[in-house]
Amino acid sequence: MIDISHLTKVYGTKTAVQDITFSVGRGEILGFLGPNAAGKTTTMRILTCFMPATSGRASIAGFDVFGQSMEVRRRIGYLPENPPLYSEMTVEKYLAFVGGIKGMDPRLLKTRVPEVMERTSIRTEAGRIIKHLSKGYRQRVGIAQALIHNPEVLILDEPTVGLDPKQIIEVRELIRGLGGDHTIILSTHILPEVSMTCSRVIIINEGRIVASDTTENLTRRLRGSDNLYVEVEGPEESVETRIRALGGVTAVSRRKTEKRRGNGYLIETEIGVDVRRDLAALVVGQGWGLLEMRPVGMSLEEVFLHLTTREEEVPA
Amino acid sequence: MRNTWIIFRRELRSYFSSPLAYAVMAGFLLIAGFFFYAILTSFLNTALRSEMQAQYYRMAPPPINVNLMALRPFFHNLAVVLIFTVPLITMRLYAEEFRNGTIELLMTSPVRNWETVLGKALAAFVLYASLIAGTLVYAAILFLSGKPEPGQIITSYIGLLLLGGAFVAVGIFLSTLTENQIVAGFLTIILLLLFWVVGWADEFAGPGVGSVLAYVSLLSHFDEFAKGVIDLKDVVLYLSFIGFFLFLTHLSLESKRWRTR
Repeated sequence: MIDISHLTKVYGTKTAVQDITFSVGRGEILGFLGPNAAGKTTTMRILTCFMPATSGRASIAGFDVFGQSMEVRRRIGYLPENPPLYSEMTVEKYLAFVGGIKGMDPRLLKTRVPEVMERTSIRTEAGRIIKHLSKGYRQRVGIAQALIHNPEVLILDEPTVGLDPKQIIEVRELIRGLGGDHTIILSTHILPEVSMTCSRVIIINEGRIVASDTTENLTRRLRGSDNLYVEVEGPEESVETRIRALGGVTAVSRRKTEKRRGNGYLIETEIGVDVRRDLAALVVGQGWGLLEMRPVGMSLEEVFLHLTTREEEVPA
Repeated sequence: MRNTWIIFRRELRSYFSSPLAYAVMAGFLLIAGFFFYAILTSFLNTALRSEMQAQYYRMAPPPINVNLMALRPFFHNLAVVLIFTVPLITMRLYAEEFRNGTIELLMTSPVRNWETVLGKALAAFVLYASLIAGTLVYAAILFLSGKPEPGQIITSYIGLLLLGGAFVAVGIFLSTLTENQIVAGFLTIILLLLFWVVGWADEFAGPGVGSVLAYVSLLSHFDEFAKGVIDLKDVVLYLSFIGFFLFLTHLSLESKRWRTR
């Protein structure tokens, strides 16, 4: 449905997006994850024909975003970072206007506008002027305008920003409900959002894709590099170097201890290698004190930090 | 064309749902009313004096023409006031879309840039026309109390419409250059003033340059209409001026696409 290959966007001397390639199948919900200024918005703006790429291709439903822009625009609903609202209009009139410029039949709009308002639970605000709406309602009007012409593809840039927790849950449920009929790309820097709504995740950092997989796989894969947390009483430097020298250990980093005598270490190991026995033997052999040892699973949060701070260690 | 119509309707509705349109109309009609009163009073004084002189010298009263002596300066004053009024109408057209981010909606919808340009320009033009229509009251007053020549009044209004169209075209173009409405409005006023005063260069610039400058002076062409003359070359100048600036607006929007951050 959405195909992007070797997409690059350069602003002056700054490269916002570099050589991005991915595709999204029909009905899929893709989470586009990355810290601020990672290139999420740029990629979305290229996909929605707002601006052209420096090089590379992108197509939606087989139509090139640059060459067949009008065909693409007919098929997408786009919620930019700031919902594009005309503050002096009423919700109802605004949605009818957006439907109009998306090329909808005016007769169809009469039934479609209430339908979309129902779906985004803004029916009660139909006659209100957008200026007077709360941030949460505005965001939902923004989602409603993206949905109005029932587009095949929805591109949502941070759809849950500025909502309260209850509204966030509602919007996530709404998005999940839209998958299947619509192909959706949503960007976010909130991780639980991805695991809750998306079937697939692409993590992007500094304009490059650092990981791309299903949500479960990604978590599993990174949990695969079994992590171990130990607290050892002993000379900090030599403990660290000796642990690192153990077979199967890939990385050791110091952690703050919880006010005990020893020092905390986070040990990352190769997948499938259990170093606990060797580690215990080492500590006892050296005459240090082993105060704690426990396996640590990585949450998506950690996966994210891991990927975006040391990208070269994880094959994309 | 359907898109132009949709944009036009939204834009016009937005004018009338903000106080701006009413404030501009009230202010414009107030100052137009003042000019009308002042010019008419001085015209009546002149008329009265020359009639008394004629009686004193026992001569036939000299021909006094309300069209040329009252209406022509009135319309000329209106045109100058419009230099400061039209920018208030046009300054928000694109600047506001950039500021609010609604430009992202327009540019990602299946609407071509020239369609929005036309829709917006038309909406501003209709507001302008209703502003001008308000001054028809003064013409009506003249018809009630005298016998003005309708021809010159009609050509003057045609001239005002063409002049206003040119002003709107300049304004909408400058509105695409910045997201700050005030800056857009101010630049428009400056540029319109320039298009007025270049005509004066006729007197000090060399013969070749001078006549070119005089030709692009928007107000000197309007004066022909205010005299009651419709010359094809004036009409062509206004229409090509409008077309040129609307095209620049379109280009400016297209180029925005290539450098937006």
